[in-house]
Amino acid sequence: MKLRRTLLVLVALAWPVSQAGAQLTVQILKGMAESVPIAIVPLAWDAAGGVPYDVAATVQADLERSGRFRPLPRSQLVEMPHAASEVDAADWRMLKVDYVLVGKLEPMPDGRYELRYELVSVANGERLLGTAMPVDAKALKRASHRVSDAVYEKILGVRGAFATRIAYVAVQGPVTKRSYRLVVSDADGANEYTVFGSPDPIMSPAWSPDGRSLAYVSFHTGLAAIYVQTLSTGNQVQVSAKSGINGAPSFSPDGKQLALALSRRDGNVDVYVLTLADQNLKRLTDDPSIDTEPAWAIDGRSIYFTSDRAGAPQVYNVGLESGVRPRRVTFEGSYNASPRVSPDGRLIAVVTLDRGGYRIASVDAQRGGLQVLSSGQLDESPSIAPNGADIIYTSRVGGRDSLAIVSSDGRIHQQIATSAGELREPAWSPFQN
Amino acid sequence: MRSLPVLLLLIGTLMLAGCPKKPTTVPEGSGSTAEESGASEGQGEGQVGAGRDLPGASGSPTGGPAGISNVIYFDFDRSDIRPEYATVITAHARHLAASGGVKIRVEGHTDERGSREYNIALAERRAQAVRRALMLQGAGDTQLTTVSYGEERPTAPGSDESAYEKNRRVELVYGR
Repeated sequence: MKLRRTLLVLVALAWPVSQAGAQLTVQILKGMAESVPIAIVPLAWDAAGGVPYDVAATVQADLERSGRFRPLPRSQLVEMPHAASEVDAADWRMLKVDYVLVGKLEPMPDGRYELRYELVSVANGERLLGTAMPVDAKALKRASHRVSDAVYEKILGVRGAFATRIAYVAVQGPVTKRSYRLVVSDADGANEYTVFGSPDPIMSPAWSPDGRSLAYVSFHTGLAAIYVQTLSTGNQVQVSAKSGINGAPSFSPDGKQLALALSRRDGNVDVYVLTLADQNLKRLTDDPSIDTEPAWAIDGRSIYFTSDRAGAPQVYNVGLESGVRPRRVTFEGSYNASPRVSPDGRLIAVVTLDRGGYRIASVDAQRGGLQVLSSGQLDESPSIAPNGADIIYTSRVGGRDSLAIVSSDGRIHQQIATSAGELREPAWSPFQN
Repeated sequence: MRSLPVLLLLIGTLMLAGCPKKPTTVPEGSGSTAEESGASEGQGEGQVGAGRDLPGASGSPTGGPAGISNVIYFDFDRSDIRPEYATVITAHARHLAASGGVKIRVEGHTDERGSREYNIALAERRAQAVRRALMLQGAGDTQLTTVSYGEERPTAPGSDESAYEKNRRVELVYGR
């Protein structure tokens, strides 16, 4: 298995950088010692012709990649039950498996498929999940991710985020002739496509709360401006092109406002809130220091941001009502920036300067305690999964920016190998239905 | 997943790509561009044709008073102009004051460390510091446009202090 992983990395590096439809490969570097042993039995398929999609293989890959599960290799499956009633718990207990996932795929008269699956606890033979869902032929992969989500939630108590997407900036070419692409792919790196491309920098993608649009910074006019692009139509709207910098867009929880960083004519970088419907602009901070990288609190009533008002960058929080003094959130270390708020509001992911390296850390939003999670030298741009379990970020590996994932507790580490150029500034999508 | 033969072929290609290439000789004055040679500043002291503007090119900026640098370097996380650049600022400010129709872009940059958006803000502050210094010495407001690229456009590759100190800079780009 180790050899195969090494080969995958080599393929990724050897693939020509001009390859546009290049795919990402996610590899688990370090999983949990107490990962959950589970058997995922290939789904029954009784109809004529070959099985249209290997649902079990995708579920197996999802769960294994998460680092929280240890799926039994398919070659070690001693029997192939297809319903909970057929699962002999004693047999699976001998294989030291805690759970068994079984199911069946059947064609429906209207051309769709019925995907049935059941999750059985080996300890007591109890059926924990039993679901049947109709699936379009084209959506079998997505449906498989949903099965993974359900299994993950049933066993770990946290909703899975396998059926989500990531946006990131892909950069190719030498320093003097770069090309930038804003890319969206599935959370497992599949189905990537280019949302917007430019020879000039693209930065800071941020999802709208409904997952239908991305806000980002592009320099393609020669100067920085913020755009909101609808993914389904490709329609791109310029929402901020003030004098000076237009940066760090962040959607409010209701999607109606955009927090952003502007320097305007005087060059003083402050945080503003733009109402998208009427272009009303409200200044939120007014300090001669740098105030940037706004991130909304989950209740939409305050905003976290980076400021060097105390001499070096630290994270602060300020209410949207005027006249309130910002409250400092980070105290440990000489550099804390790029705040991102966890879905439950309890943790803030940041970039911290830790013993000479820029690393991803989580900060207790109330008490300020900081835990370093990553171990690179130039880690940056954290983005938290919508279930709060994982943080995706940019890490410099072998002189190139690439993507990596660390669990919010710092125990699980994944590296995302790319076949093309450099990848940076990942943004994890919200849950999508 | 790709099959083994394809794998081996790709690995072979990788190994071939790693072999030393035969040096290619370019006749002098044949107009090899910096792009082709992958070179940056200070190379090819032969003939220089008329310059043309490249949109946002990160090569070495030129134009302005003769014999005066167009690049001002900064200390880490700082935006105050070091005393050694006083003469550079004065020369550019006088040049601009004497030729009111000339416009420049004041482009701010940082090294690659830390947050990208914080670096955009830091580079903006550097560009604004240079803009203000130029205006104090006679340059007109309308002659100056600032743009911050943060860490997006390094001039020196690599992740060490010698690269970082070259990348923490403000470039004065004439003719914008």
